[in-house]
Amino acid sequence: MNTTLHISSARLGDPFVAQIEKISGQNLLACYQCGKCSAGCPMAAHMDVLPNQVIRLAQLGMREQLLAARSIWICVSCLTCNSRCPKDIKIAEIFEALRQTVLRGGNRADHLEIRELTPEARGALPPIAMISALRKQTS
Amino acid sequence: MMGNENKPMKLIYYPGCTLKNQARNFDVSTVSSMAELDVEVEELARWNCCGTVHALSSDNIMNRVAPVTNLIRVKEAQASEFMTTCAMCYNTLKRANIEVKKRADVLETINDFLSLEETKYAGDVDVLHLLEYLRDRIGFDKLAEKVKKPLEGLRVACYYGCLLVRPKEVAFDDTENPTIMENLITALGATPVPFPMKTECCGAYHTVDKPEIIAERTDKIMGSANEEQADLVVVSCPLCAFNLDFRQDDARRLNPDFHHLPVLYFTQLMALAFGCDDSALRFDLHHIDPQPTLAARGLA
Repeated sequence: MNTTLHISSARLGDPFVAQIEKISGQNLLACYQCGKCSAGCPMAAHMDVLPNQVIRLAQLGMREQLLAARSIWICVSCLTCNSRCPKDIKIAEIFEALRQTVLRGGNRADHLEIRELTPEARGALPPIAMISALRKQTS
Repeated sequence: MMGNENKPMKLIYYPGCTLKNQARNFDVSTVSSMAELDVEVEELARWNCCGTVHALSSDNIMNRVAPVTNLIRVKEAQASEFMTTCAMCYNTLKRANIEVKKRADVLETINDFLSLEETKYAGDVDVLHLLEYLRDRIGFDKLAEKVKKPLEGLRVACYYGCLLVRPKEVAFDDTENPTIMENLITALGATPVPFPMKTECCGAYHTVDKPEIIAERTDKIMGSANEEQADLVVVSCPLCAFNLDFRQDDARRLNPDFHHLPVLYFTQLMALAFGCDDSALRFDLHHIDPQPTLAARGLA
């Protein structure tokens, strides 16, 4: 992604920031960027924006960059970040709020195309895999 | 707290969907090994899907309906607690229970939605995982007395994954370095190996459409067990089991040095040590057959 950010104080009171805080139940400004969440994240290698960067972008109200990030669909809510955050911020809840913002956006924006799987592939998968993937990535 | 000879203890048991499908080996080994411990497990009547994942958004009450319906069924079975073995079911049922106990408004909304149910939920059921039941109600010392075939020489890596230890409020052991499974398999006569990847995520539901992530995770996690010269890995989650066992061919394609290693449920090791027959083990349901490894240790 483009790493140049144009930061404006106008975005700090953005309704997007308030919405993320409401759905996640978290205070975004509590984060002081220690980076422990990204250091321990088992999915970090597959992410385009690291967890601590996601929190920073959310603080600044960078809506477009966040909602287009691959990272929000890579996080599987393993909660390693939550259990290690020295400020007790539930980072996984913030990722959930970002996914929900996309999924609740009005246009159907599912991030799982179950029909692309062959019947054999679907049949081999355990029910808990299918149901959790659908619950997390579709509306 | 073991039942006496005349009256076995009764325990309501929630198996969950996957234990009736791909993980039937987890189901039969649970029921058989509990019978050896004089505990009669009674499958919960009319159970439904737990929901599999706890929605992390503060306003998603709809996803709490499935777990709470199961808690109602437990009350209808005249019980105040029940046991499950699947880590995903345990986590989802336990988290929903904690939430409705804390938030009266959420509980009221769910009860209103379920107005056709004859029983109302009032936060009066406890969710137990089999591992904590074995530790706290049976005791690993008592459990050791039931061992007929000690698993001597068997080197075991105990894998907890995410859902038994996170978040802290559902964990029944240390979040970073749990040892409950090591204590169990020690009671069975086996040898636990150090396992730095024991609480690392397996990639979970990415197995549906991003199997390349699972291949990378399986390579790292099983590779760590191999470095410790483990004979096998034990788990308590059917999704971890699927990823770590059935995705090993993908891990091998990613890393030619990857060595295959069997993945078993902890209940299968109990059934094996208690002398249960093959129908309680169902090794035919595994991708990597555990039998050659067990035979090499004189256990199959």
